[in-house]
Amino acid sequence: MGRYLIRRLIQAVFVLIVISAITFFLFWATPANPALLICGKNCNAETVAQVNATYGFDKPLVVQYGHYMQGLVSPGGRTIGSEGNERNCPWPCFGESYQNGIPVWNSIKDAFPSTLWLALGAAVLWLLSGVLLGLIAALRKGKFVDKLSVGLALFGVSFPTIVFGYLLLFLFIVKLKWIPFPDTANAALFSVGPVKWLQFYILPWITLALVFAALYTRITRANMIDTMNEDYIRTARAKGLDERTVVFKHGLRSALTPIVTIFGLDVGGLLGGAVITEQIFSITGLGKFSIDSVLSNDLPAIMGVVLFAAIFVVLANIVVDVLYAVIDPRVRLA
Amino acid sequence: MTLGVSETQSPDEGLPTDALVETAEAKEIEGRSPGEIAWARLRKDKIAIISAIVILLIIAVALLAPLIVKLNGFPPDQFNKLNANGDPLLNTRDGGIPIGGLWGSGTSSEHWLGIEPQNGRDIFSRLVYGTRVSLLVALGGTVIAVVLGTVIGMVSGYFGGWVDTLLSRLMDIMLSFPSLLFVMALTPVVASRAQDLFGIPDNNTLRMGVLMFVLGFFGWAYLARIVRGQTLSLREREFVEAARSLGAGPNYVLFRQILPNLLPTLLVYTTLLLPTNITAEAALSFLGVGIKEPTASWGRMISDASAWIESNPLYLFFPGMALFITVLAFNLLGDSVRDALDPRAGRS
Repeated sequence: MGRYLIRRLIQAVFVLIVISAITFFLFWATPANPALLICGKNCNAETVAQVNATYGFDKPLVVQYGHYMQGLVSPGGRTIGSEGNERNCPWPCFGESYQNGIPVWNSIKDAFPSTLWLALGAAVLWLLSGVLLGLIAALRKGKFVDKLSVGLALFGVSFPTIVFGYLLLFLFIVKLKWIPFPDTANAALFSVGPVKWLQFYILPWITLALVFAALYTRITRANMIDTMNEDYIRTARAKGLDERTVVFKHGLRSALTPIVTIFGLDVGGLLGGAVITEQIFSITGLGKFSIDSVLSNDLPAIMGVVLFAAIFVVLANIVVDVLYAVIDPRVRLA
Repeated sequence: MTLGVSETQSPDEGLPTDALVETAEAKEIEGRSPGEIAWARLRKDKIAIISAIVILLIIAVALLAPLIVKLNGFPPDQFNKLNANGDPLLNTRDGGIPIGGLWGSGTSSEHWLGIEPQNGRDIFSRLVYGTRVSLLVALGGTVIAVVLGTVIGMVSGYFGGWVDTLLSRLMDIMLSFPSLLFVMALTPVVASRAQDLFGIPDNNTLRMGVLMFVLGFFGWAYLARIVRGQTLSLREREFVEAARSLGAGPNYVLFRQILPNLLPTLLVYTTLLLPTNITAEAALSFLGVGIKEPTASWGRMISDASAWIESNPLYLFFPGMALFITVLAFNLLGDSVRDALDPRAGRS
């Protein structure tokens, strides 16, 4: 187990290095000189040279990449700025924004809690509703409830987030006025209190959860139907266990193993930012931060947020593999 | 949101073209190929028929867009400030909200679905032209993804060894990219690269190409995994061995022997990847990194309309519905195709 974990971690580091390299070269190799992006309209040869020296654009790309990675690897961070005007960028250093000079890590740190609340709340919602619906559908296979939840699931999968999000926003905020317009940009639980916090997050949670809930309903239903046809379920029934024990202890437990995998990966993917939901409900999370950075061509910010998100995806992969082995005794970690 | 068809939408492993299906059905009807059986099932499926008709209608709208727009007479980019009688259409004092119509949307006998606030462009015409962008980008992206996924998956599964190791790792890495985030970040970069490399101005033709490329580039890995798995089992089968022992080269075996057996999987995957890509294009245009003004795109329209959600909700409703219906139709058809091709269907 320990050995396996170490091997997986080394693999993860390797994957992250590859991703960082690809990302770095893709973004920084753009022939359009990044210096022009920074000095903006009042560019002349002199200012461009100055900016190039300040940011190190005059050095080869590989050197720049090494310098960038140094900020993420060495505990002391790295130095940025031109000669004679150096300052330390503490670990983890993702550089400074071209737009406003704020260290990218600070922006990520500020934006992350909103995304975390959004993703976790939605995850609880879709896991509960998806598994419950799928379970009921499987147990009542072919009945009305089954057809209803299969239909709902198909509907949910086909509802694009942009459409569904605005539908909720229109219904509950504009028409019914149950919830105030989301102008309180960053609603932290401790500063606004639980009621306002819930009000702020409930629609984004539902919006984000819909597609996943639909998918989970389908997966749970399919797995549960397969599992309930297994021999050991018949054995469990034959030895006189009551139906509840058969369904929950024997059936659901094994039907849910694949859900663990997908759930981990989905949550991991969302922690990098739920761009569309955040945009619709003006949540200043990582997704909003990343789209703003993309639209303003802020390379260090884009790079930072992509890497940050990739870390979660890679970590989620490891967590899922390990969990899987714990839950399913048939899986052996070699 | 993730790009690429997700776990549950994936076709069941081992979609059949083998003898099993035929023996199962042969008791009732003699000598029908698996394809014929699937086709017969599909024709009996009412949902499949309806969604296919809807899809055909949408395709017709996309193809005939210039003709359809001639019917109402308002080109999608034309700013309409006055109606036929010379009365103003927009309330200039009130931020340019359309005058009259259903819920302040400016619907009238001239402008069937109303007009845009401020500019007064005809929403019906823009919706019709938006169909083109949506379908074209999604189709392009899907074709690129399916071709890449098929070739890479087949090569990886057939040759094995270090080729397989290398390509499989590549698939793993592609799948661990945060895809929407990456597509979003990369679209402007690719657009500016293409601009510099080929000297094409950053117009919407270029943008559409870039979107196709990016969607295709990030969509192939999942299919490649499925194809690899199927190729692994197909290459051990007798007919492949027979072909090889008769001296067939890898090209022949891959494209003449193995590819035909992958077709059902590819068909299902393609019908399910299309709606995913339609949604993705809308999302990217919505976020402002996809199609730009003045070209009409559903995602862009939704993003523009979101500012007017209080005063003119219908403006948001129409592109939203267009997107929803299209995606739903493709998903329903994809599901039906999968069910029709499933050997286990109809036997439980």
